Amino acid sequence: MGNILEIKDLSKHFDDFIAVDQVTLNVKEGEFVSILGPSGCGKTTLLRIIAGFLKESVGDIFIRDESMKGISPEDRPVNIVFQSLALFPMMDVYENVAFGLKRKKLSKEEVAERVNDMLTRVGLLGFEKKRINELSGGQKQRVAIARSLVMKPSILLLDEPLSALDRKLREHMKVELKELQREIGTTFIYITHDQSEALVMSDRVAVMNKGFLEQVDTPHNLYNHPRTGFVAGFVGENNKFIITDKSDDTITTDGGWELTKPGLDFVPTVMFMRPEAFILQPDEHMQDVVRFEPTIKTILFDGANTKMSVMLKSGDEILISLPQNAKFQGLKEGDTIQIGVAYDNIKCYKE
Amino acid sequence: MKSSKKAFYFLIIPVLLWLILLIIIPHIDLFVSSFKAENDAGVMVWSLSNYASFFQDQIYWLTFVNTAVYAIGVTILAFVVTFPIAFYLTKVVSRKYASFLMLLLLIPLWIGELVTIYGWVIILGDHGVINEFLIWIGVIDTPFRLLYTNVSMTIGLLYMSMLFMIIPVMTTLESLDDSMIEAASDLGASKWTIFRRIIIPHAMPGITNGAIIVFMLVIGDYVAPNILGGKSSLWFTEQIYNQFLMTFNWNTGAAFGFLLLMLSSAVIWMALKLSGQKLDKVGQ
Repeated sequence: MGNILEIKDLSKHFDDFIAVDQVTLNVKEGEFVSILGPSGCGKTTLLRIIAGFLKESVGDIFIRDESMKGISPEDRPVNIVFQSLALFPMMDVYENVAFGLKRKKLSKEEVAERVNDMLTRVGLLGFEKKRINELSGGQKQRVAIARSLVMKPSILLLDEPLSALDRKLREHMKVELKELQREIGTTFIYITHDQSEALVMSDRVAVMNKGFLEQVDTPHNLYNHPRTGFVAGFVGENNKFIITDKSDDTITTDGGWELTKPGLDFVPTVMFMRPEAFILQPDEHMQDVVRFEPTIKTILFDGANTKMSVMLKSGDEILISLPQNAKFQGLKEGDTIQIGVAYDNIKCYKE
Repeated sequence: MKSSKKAFYFLIIPVLLWLILLIIIPHIDLFVSSFKAENDAGVMVWSLSNYASFFQDQIYWLTFVNTAVYAIGVTILAFVVTFPIAFYLTKVVSRKYASFLMLLLLIPLWIGELVTIYGWVIILGDHGVINEFLIWIGVIDTPFRLLYTNVSMTIGLLYMSMLFMIIPVMTTLESLDDSMIEAASDLGASKWTIFRRIIIPHAMPGITNGAIIVFMLVIGDYVAPNILGGKSSLWFTEQIYNQFLMTFNWNTGAAFGFLLLMLSSAVIWMALKLSGQKLDKVGQ
């Protein structure tokens, strides 16, 4: 299967401000790709350029090998689910979903068939005559997705559509959206600032920072092998240290913690360690491990996500996952504990 | 509880006084006197002759129909003229300029209707700005008649009423989510479809609201028809004026006043029915 979408060297300038900076991205047919980044990183601008609401400054977009230059939004084979959903409150559910099909001048029977088919898929059969303001948040969500999907777009663009929902419903919709995409097979491009949404749903995630794509990778690689300091810090929880010095295999943090990290062929400026990368009371014979003995400062109980904040003699603070098993039940604030972290789990970058 | 009840009565008294003394009693009085007339002996008796004279005299009901038609026409014109302006001010121009432009639009209201209407006399007169200009550039030799026609009257009525259309329409357009327009465009809708299916239905409460105000202002206006329409203008308020202050026939004047009230109520009721709006929703 070839690429359904090819973004080539795309940039967008607003006066002096560069919103999108030389983005190149290829998306395969049927893929679920997320563009993940903090607010203001240019991800919505990128989406609006793909949809045709904004014109690129430099570069080009190809959908099914066809350049999109000068093609207006209504003529592009993409549809968008807006952050505000932008459902039409003056129409009922059926009319909302049928809106685009009617513009295509399809026969009444065909419109009815496709709308009913789509409403069945999103589990809203029987809601045809409901007004938009009679629906719950999750139902509105599904109407918005149905309204776009019924157009059978080559690509469906989603602009943080889950951000308005409460947490429980959002968790549920994540799974639902992923399953719907797999079932229908449409290519999804999903914009979000929520890394959990991106990691759970996507086949690949493009991490965007200041208009630039830092890394495009599978969720697994993004989490375990971040290529830049920004990705390491933005995707998942991480302990960040500023590195001030390196001599041979010893690096020093700005707090004064000296540790061994062999195999570095550059002078790093930042170092990351994931909370779950630490081994509590490591075996004496373990190889290639940095060992230290901090004092427990606080225990932050959160069920399976419980963590403890520990303090090194140097004054550096680290957040460490605390498994909720019998072995560590007795730990309390003020205790000292043996901690180890494998060399491989110490990620260093030059920023 | 008790003190809040006291406060309630205290606050409702001015409202009740206003309603009863200034609205209900005068209308009852008007209604009663519209059914009274002098008999041959010069004594006031109950009579339908005030209403009968309206239907017997062609000029009266001709004026009545003319007023209704023009008032509806001006209302529609007010919508057609102001809607693009309202859309431009809310959706196109940036916010900081929008409030300045809005201020400019409000200027005619500060001056008062009479002065604005006389302003139009200066512009539209035989030796007014428009005619002098057209003669100067050589399009015409002799001034053509603009003032004291139905055209000048319509301009005047439109000018003094259209602000009352623009403001409610702007309020509803402001609440229109821009992404709704983008969503419609994304789904393949043309500009005309977006206008007809999304923008107009969304702005409908504001349009209805504005239309009611404009229609009532226009149908009850006296200054613009009298000054800009001249002697030939057929405006029902002038007939009422004549009955009260020219022929001193207050009873017929009262009857005419009531007929005008019926007319505007009927037209507004029909307009609400046709547009599918409800009176209690208008103004929200």
